[in-house]
Amino acid sequence: MTSRPAPRLGFSFEYIMWIFTRISGFSMLVLAVVGVSLAFWMGARTQMDMIALLRWTFFPNSFHVVNSGVPDVTQGWANAFWQIMEILMIFFAGTHGINGLRNVLEDYIGPSWARVFLRGLLFGIWLFMVIVGLYIILTI
Amino acid sequence: MLAWVLHRISGLAIVIFVSMHMLASFFQHQMGSNLGTSINIIYESMYFQIFIYFVVIFHALNGLRIIILDTWPQLLEYQRESIWLEWLIFIPLYALAVYMMIQQLLKG
Repeated sequence: MTSRPAPRLGFSFEYIMWIFTRISGFSMLVLAVVGVSLAFWMGARTQMDMIALLRWTFFPNSFHVVNSGVPDVTQGWANAFWQIMEILMIFFAGTHGINGLRNVLEDYIGPSWARVFLRGLLFGIWLFMVIVGLYIILTI
Repeated sequence: MLAWVLHRISGLAIVIFVSMHMLASFFQHQMGSNLGTSINIIYESMYFQIFIYFVVIFHALNGLRIIILDTWPQLLEYQRESIWLEWLIFIPLYALAVYMMIQQLLKG
């Protein structure tokens, strides 16, 4: 197997998902860099260990720092700004991941009723993931 | 070829990890069930963390390489060198993460 060719330019589902994969991948790197930089600015160098810092980098949720040396997570570590960062992260990660799964599956399953069924199933999983993620972020 | 296979495997591993972790968090904090705690115990183990850092750091770096090569296709001439450069960045970064985790584990 080799990698798939890039889809042709134009307003098609494959092309939109192709470009979305690149944009969301880069955006997640930017979100991680912004998150870790602000964590250092808030004093992570002396208050957090490496593992907590990496967890925070992957996903800036206050439950990821509550067991580290940070005295009070409500002071800057849990607010609307981080909720927006988390919502962006869960949306990009979920869509990027489920679309990646679709790409892998469709390399092995040709156009058939099984592909239609799998697309429906993956869409359902994606919707479920984003809704559960939003619920967790907004109620924690 | 190796980068392509690893990108695919690491991508699938991340999808499984993230969805399981989300469900665990949902069960633990929103439903108050012990199921989430038992899933999270696996995630907090040393071996799992060493594995997940490999997967995430590799996928991020290789993805960045793909984005750069897709944005400037004239760089495709240096594809071989780009993979060498990627490993050159990956190995010290991953080694540092593993070193610090083991150091922390020994400290207790």
